Amino acid sequence: MIGEAARLLSDWSTVDTWIVLIAALAAMACALPGVYLLLRRQSMLGDALSHTVLPGIVLAFLASQSLRSVGWLDSRTLHAAQHAILFGGALISGLLTALLTQWVQRRGRVEASAALGVVYTSLFALGLLLLRLWADNVHIDPDCVLFGAVENIVISAEQRASVAWFTATVLGLNLLLMLLFYKELRISTFDPALATSLGIPAQWMQLGLVAVTAATLVTAFEIVGSILVVAMLIVPAATARLCTDRLGTMIAMSLAVAAASAVLGHAAALTLPALIFQPLGFDEVRDANTAGMMAVAAGGLLVLAALLSPRYGWISRALHQMRLSIRIAAEDLLGRLYRQAEEQSRPQEAEVIDHLGQPLLIRWLAAQGLKRKGYVRRVQGHWLLTDRGHQAAARVVRAHRLWESYLAAHQQELPDDQLHFSAHRAEHFIDRNLQAELAKELQRPAQDPHGRDIPGENGNGGS
Amino acid sequence: MSGRRVGCLSHGAGVHTRTMQRPRLLALAAVLAVIIGGALLVVLSQPTTAWAGPRSASALLAQVEPVPAAAPHMPPAAVPTATLWQRFVRAITLRDYHTRVVLLGTLVLGIASGVVGTFMLLRKRALIGDVVGHAALPGVCLAFLLQQIWQPGSERSLPMLIAGAWLAALAGAGCTVALRRWTRIRDDAAQAVVLSVFFGAGVVLLSIAQRIPTGSAAGLQNWIYGQAGLMLASDVELITAAAILGLVSCGLLFKEFSLLAFDEKFAAAQGWPVLLLDLLLMGLVVMVAVIGLQAVGLLLVVALLILPPAAARFWTDHLLRMTLLAGAIGGVTAFLGVLPSAMLARWATGPSIVLVGGMVFGFSLLFGTQRGLLPRYWLQREVRRRVGRADLLRAMYELIEPALPDDAPQVTSLAGVPVRRGQLVQKRSWKARRVGRLIAEAQRRGLIDAGPADQVRLTAEGAEAAFQAARQHRLWELFLMQAADVGLTQVDRSADRIEHFLEPDEIDELERRLARQYPELAQPEPTMPQSPHALPEEKS
Repeated sequence: MIGEAARLLSDWSTVDTWIVLIAALAAMACALPGVYLLLRRQSMLGDALSHTVLPGIVLAFLASQSLRSVGWLDSRTLHAAQHAILFGGALISGLLTALLTQWVQRRGRVEASAALGVVYTSLFALGLLLLRLWADNVHIDPDCVLFGAVENIVISAEQRASVAWFTATVLGLNLLLMLLFYKELRISTFDPALATSLGIPAQWMQLGLVAVTAATLVTAFEIVGSILVVAMLIVPAATARLCTDRLGTMIAMSLAVAAASAVLGHAAALTLPALIFQPLGFDEVRDANTAGMMAVAAGGLLVLAALLSPRYGWISRALHQMRLSIRIAAEDLLGRLYRQAEEQSRPQEAEVIDHLGQPLLIRWLAAQGLKRKGYVRRVQGHWLLTDRGHQAAARVVRAHRLWESYLAAHQQELPDDQLHFSAHRAEHFIDRNLQAELAKELQRPAQDPHGRDIPGENGNGGS
Repeated sequence: MSGRRVGCLSHGAGVHTRTMQRPRLLALAAVLAVIIGGALLVVLSQPTTAWAGPRSASALLAQVEPVPAAAPHMPPAAVPTATLWQRFVRAITLRDYHTRVVLLGTLVLGIASGVVGTFMLLRKRALIGDVVGHAALPGVCLAFLLQQIWQPGSERSLPMLIAGAWLAALAGAGCTVALRRWTRIRDDAAQAVVLSVFFGAGVVLLSIAQRIPTGSAAGLQNWIYGQAGLMLASDVELITAAAILGLVSCGLLFKEFSLLAFDEKFAAAQGWPVLLLDLLLMGLVVMVAVIGLQAVGLLLVVALLILPPAAARFWTDHLLRMTLLAGAIGGVTAFLGVLPSAMLARWATGPSIVLVGGMVFGFSLLFGTQRGLLPRYWLQREVRRRVGRADLLRAMYELIEPALPDDAPQVTSLAGVPVRRGQLVQKRSWKARRVGRLIAEAQRRGLIDAGPADQVRLTAEGAEAAFQAARQHRLWELFLMQAADVGLTQVDRSADRIEHFLEPDEIDELERRLARQYPELAQPEPTMPQSPHALPEEKS
């Protein structure tokens, strides 16, 4: 399987490198404003903008046509300015989307996502109608816009170099703006009220962010198509959000994720379809849509982050919890063995022992861990404490009995037979310092409320 | 004991709501049945030249001529030379078979998605239609691919593709719920992530499907994202089935869904299976969306799920009324949107309906009786005016008061005493223009008449009102000082805010409470308590 993939990837040509390079640059350019959109809970704005630029483009096109027909522009300057005019139209309608949404949301007291939905569907419908009515001959190929054309743009050598430079410029501009306004953006994102009171115009920062987003989107649509753009706006930022709490780290990570998903996506597009479908008898399937695969790769990275992120991942959290419950089970076992040894030397009323519902596997793992550390050994089917184990167990039991004494002294209404359950939970979280403080507060008691000896600090019998 | 009583109370409340809601539910069902049935009747009862067969739905549907795909936006049977009026009449009387099919399909879809969308709007998941619509793509492609793997070269089968779309859309919706629940990604980001990744996967699968030579993948994406103008009668059948299923489920589970929409945690605490209900609701949305998707396209589905409920929200705060209204608005929107597209060439049906929906939303935003901008503005203006009037009259009273004899019946002696405008301006440190406006308004209402020079006088009616205004102010001042220990210098300001909104029974209560300290208030005839600010010398 891997050898097959390597064989397929050995066909990698300069064209593929160019595709990956341009896509990665565009993806990184989108990921930058995406971080702030995610933090501001405006993630769907990207999807909405990808629709609402249409009326702007159509209107700008119609305006430029009418300028020519009036005679203000001759067709040569029109041809040169066409691109800028369309870009301006798209930008204006992007800004209009954000402003209208905000207005509907604030003045009409409509919930944010509904406001966005209302505005973007209406504007997009307007664009479609305009397109159908007056600009049917415009070259706006919805397939090209929707499904991404990164494969098509890198045909000629000089074209791909200029496209790459252009995309890099967009990325550089975005980076520059984000660095210049780093502090302002950060404050107005996390605490708009504070930003306003510090004299940072939160409203203008929001508009600026939308403008940057719209400009980036419009340029990137043309280069890599809208699927990749909408995906790269939010998915890398969300992935980074799963891994970190720091804004700087989050931005760096989302850039890395964007670039990585471009590389992985293209590699997967070249290999996966053939690997899966050729054994099924479809020899014609050699590759798949690159832009789509890049979006899928970004989604895959997100799932990985959700599982493995050191702090918030499902698996890491489960591991952390398991480690904790193993420690608790081990300490419970130590305490039980200590009490058994105590009873044999000096029989007294048995303490209640329970496992707090620990599963068998956890208890087994805990016992193995103690054995490895040399705290316990197994003699004739019975667990016995070693000397080191005895010391460790004494610390646990000391914590337990100190806490019982403390409760008995300070919680008069708690009956004595209830002390144990609370202490059984608390004993695992009372470290040496706290033990010393408890002992000091209780004037170094020798016995707990049940009349049993409290082991000394160094785990030697009694104090 | 108290626990039992609480139990009884909540049980009683449950019985109460149930008895309240049954008739309304019946009304809901009746209204929707009338709308749908009426639409069906219209279609069935109008014979055209194209159709004169037996009057059954299946026969009707069998006779649909497929519209040529090359000219999707031509009104099918319109005579090119007809005037606009003729075309309008032709469209509104539903003379064309095609118009009727499109109208019925979008109408039913509009009603169903309006009703289902209401719950989504209230759950703050208005854009779920968008997510689900994009997420359906990989399902369709996967279903197609699986079919090709199973039986190479077979025709694509409609039920399989719909099932694929439905499953993928459901998976997408489930992913948004899961991401929100089990990671720290918020709702909006979860939606955006699912939308883009699923759609990306769909594009990948589509590109693969198109590379397979045996299947008929060409036009697969056009099949997924249909156009309202190209709707077929079979689409209408599907839409109607989905709509009836959705509406009936919403009707049966109305109480549960509304509980879910307003207070999920309370529902969980009450023991309702929240997750199951949530999935059920999602399933309904997905069903309506997927069926709509392949009939009318993504844009129209998204819009019909959002626009009618959002518009209905401006007219009522009552959930059932909102649901009904959203359904009605959805239907009306579809009707109004289809009309122009039936009349005009190149006027695309889907965008036309969406635009009408946008206009209905805009209209509701402005004029909605409950939350609309203009009614709210009028209400505020009315309150501002009332407050300004009361302030003016009280100012006049306070200017006149020092000149009054101590024992005179105060109300009658107020009328006719001239007050200069300048005094009023000074008294409340108002702007002269504002005083002028207030006086003009009070004059129109016959509370004040103009005296010689720049003097004004209270009329008999105005004297009564001024007396009341001043009295309310003082009662509240005294009450604040007595009951809330507000300082003498602070009391005027805080009384200024409340005094205009005291109800008659609240005034009675104030009098009763203050009577011990100020015995003159206990008299049956209303008297004016002395202002706490008045200095003793001023009176003498």
